[in-house]
Amino acid sequence: MLLAVLSGFLLAIVVPLLHRVAGKYIGWLLALLPAGLAVYFSTFLSQVQDGPLLLEYQWLPGLGISLNFLVDGLSLTFALLISGIGTFILIYAGSYLAGHKYLARFFVIMLSFMASMLGLVLSDNLITLFVFWELTSITSYMLIGFNHEDLEARKCALQGLFVTVAGGLALMAGLIMLAIMTGSYSLSAILASSDPIHQHVFYTGAVLCLLAGAFTKSAQVPFHFWLPNAMAAPTPVSAFLHSATMVKAGIYLMARLNPTLGEGELWTMMLMGFGAVTMLTGAWFAFSSTGIKKVLAYSTVMALGTLTMLIGVGTELAMTAFICFLVAHSLYKGALFMLAGALDHETGTKDITRMGGLRKSMPVTATIAVFAALSLAGLPPLFGFIAKELMLESLLEAPLWSSLLVIATVASAMLIVGVAGLVAIKPFFGAPGDTPKAPHEAPLGMLVGPAILTIIALAFGLMPFIPENALLQAAVASVYGAPVDFNLALWHGINKPLLLSALSLIVGFLLFRAWPRIQPTLHALNYAGSRVGPEAGYFKFMEWITVVASWQTRMLQNGVLGLYMLVLLAVTFGLAGYTMFSHYGVHFTLNLADSHFYEWGIALLLVASAVFASSTHSRLGSVASMGVLGFGVALTFILFSAPDLGITQLLVETLTVILLVLVLFKLPEFVNLSTPFQRYRDLAVAIFSGVTITLIMLAVLDIQYFETISTYYVENSAALAYGRNIVNVILVDFRALDTLGEIFVLSLAAMGVLSMLKLKAEDQHKP
Amino acid sequence: MESLMAYVVGIMFTAAFYMMLRRSIVKLVIGLMILSNAANLLIFVVSGMTRGAPPLIPEGASGPVGIVADPLPQALILTAIVIAFGVLAFAVVLIRRAYEVVGTDDLDQMKDTDT
Repeated sequence: MLLAVLSGFLLAIVVPLLHRVAGKYIGWLLALLPAGLAVYFSTFLSQVQDGPLLLEYQWLPGLGISLNFLVDGLSLTFALLISGIGTFILIYAGSYLAGHKYLARFFVIMLSFMASMLGLVLSDNLITLFVFWELTSITSYMLIGFNHEDLEARKCALQGLFVTVAGGLALMAGLIMLAIMTGSYSLSAILASSDPIHQHVFYTGAVLCLLAGAFTKSAQVPFHFWLPNAMAAPTPVSAFLHSATMVKAGIYLMARLNPTLGEGELWTMMLMGFGAVTMLTGAWFAFSSTGIKKVLAYSTVMALGTLTMLIGVGTELAMTAFICFLVAHSLYKGALFMLAGALDHETGTKDITRMGGLRKSMPVTATIAVFAALSLAGLPPLFGFIAKELMLESLLEAPLWSSLLVIATVASAMLIVGVAGLVAIKPFFGAPGDTPKAPHEAPLGMLVGPAILTIIALAFGLMPFIPENALLQAAVASVYGAPVDFNLALWHGINKPLLLSALSLIVGFLLFRAWPRIQPTLHALNYAGSRVGPEAGYFKFMEWITVVASWQTRMLQNGVLGLYMLVLLAVTFGLAGYTMFSHYGVHFTLNLADSHFYEWGIALLLVASAVFASSTHSRLGSVASMGVLGFGVALTFILFSAPDLGITQLLVETLTVILLVLVLFKLPEFVNLSTPFQRYRDLAVAIFSGVTITLIMLAVLDIQYFETISTYYVENSAALAYGRNIVNVILVDFRALDTLGEIFVLSLAAMGVLSMLKLKAEDQHKP
Repeated sequence: MESLMAYVVGIMFTAAFYMMLRRSIVKLVIGLMILSNAANLLIFVVSGMTRGAPPLIPEGASGPVGIVADPLPQALILTAIVIAFGVLAFAVVLIRRAYEVVGTDDLDQMKDTDT
């Protein structure tokens, strides 16, 4: 299993090589992997009937993070959809993008994306799940922005990334809270435990965070706007993203956690409310768009809303409807998207209003599209019909908000019937449209996927007991949390759901007929609404971030050295002073009795020269008092038993004064550049820092924490190093490497000085 | 003596910081010089000041006679003095070069990379 999940990543590594070998058959070749995976996953079909399966692999045992995989009805359904549809998508992409110069790169990302998605739905550990979740965000970002030279594509990709990754952060918080509440990071353990957690203090927070992650990923209102924009991706990506992957990740998460979190009212109401609103919004926008990909994208939003709503309803029937609709939607949406790409590819336009009468030139495409659209509209004998009947039936029996949900669903069903007409009838029947390219039938590679998916949908519709027995029973059991007994059938007799279906069909057909006349009005309405919609909010938010970032940069990185130093000093000595004040207190001690009078003289000399050097307006005065200061320090060293320091200080000080006199007098006179306020502010900070240093020194003199380590050097200087000047022995023997480093630094400085002086000389040679 | 010197060092640091906060680059250099002297003295003072007992070993003896000044801080300061001189020499030449190129000694005028 571990190999199965990671094989996508492994294959991705060698894709560029394979591309060179396989050439234009690369799509068919790579499709062998997901096909093989689908076969592999189907070997688990019989096992999951008896309950979930846990396959254990260690990853980071020290951190309690494992690569365990949980295989039950739900995760197996998803894994089969991902690998199955992935197979056809890869074949399709090889044909759709034939000859594209970045074809190999495309397959690398696509395979990584598929592997991440598989990891996401099969992970048992919450942390591993999160890692795969973020991997899907990143790989889908690269897929949406695949046409990276297109500014619009880059913007849309970034938008998708921001929205889903922001949700991902919330998701992480939610997962951690979930683990705290249940005491485990393992999904199988969380699902198996029966302790009620909706009373827990973290419950509300966890639900809100988890739903923020799921809603952003699954494009629920008000985060739905990124999904239609993700149409900037090449069509194979859209088909994959919409049918079985990416947006279904949020749905998967909600379905997965439903048995654990579903008992709380917050969960139920949020899911039903947001789901219903998303369903209606998606259906509305799908019906009022003209681009065939936009239409399909918004119908995906509709489907995601429906799925969310069904999880929220949470009854046995609703869960059955959920699983059936999930499978039905994946099948027809994958097929329709691939067909939309074929239409775009062969006619050169995405605009539905410009297509018409294509059934003559593209008969196969037209046939498949009609059948897939029947499933979309929920008509017999396709699987979509069964799902829709179940959905209406479950909503009629919903324990809460039943009539509201039924009205919303019927309304959106009417619109979706109209949408089905738009994608299946409008392009293929009626008067020929004027298309930029002379239309002709799509190549085999682009038709095989949609054809097989639609045949499956038809077969499932005619023989619903096959998927039911093989997988759906187990899948429903894992989302409901207990075994559910149901029998899928195409014909239930004449009952309320059927009547509602018929009603939506009739109204939907009328809507479709009226579409050419009302579409411009709807479009204008949407345009007016877009100024206040969530997408406008997103752009406002991004603008605001830029403004804040530039304001903050201006404030903090303003390039004024003095301000940087001011902040550094204030913070450093503020913190140091505070620490000392709270641990030691403020003690100004002064012992004058132990000083000789000439030592007083030196102290005064140091103070006077420092103050004079910093207050005089004369450069010469300043430099001279610097000399005095240096010699004062040298005197101190000599008086207090440090002859070596005294000698060095005298030498260096002499050199320094000479250097300053030579160089500084090429520079302008001292002038006052600061305002009085700045000077007093700087003085205040400087005095505060100086006082803190004095206090720290007094404290250090007062306390002795450690034994001195100098004893070793004093005792061993003669014995080991045969030197009698201990300071010298330390420098050139005990710590000789440090001294070597020092010499190195000095040489570097000397070279720098020399090169800068030479640079100047060369400048002057220039005319 | 140490407590007195603590105040002296504090005043030297104050002068150094004040000069380093000025906009004139020459004053910044003066501040830097006071700072290195003050830092050396700080280490010297807090390690304890001993009169008339340099850390030397008389000829023929295996160790110093009586209590001597701590040699370790002195070794540190010796290194610091030399390094400070290297930094100063480099800074001074750099400033002079910068002044020739930019034509100002006002640090606030030097904040753009493209002057």
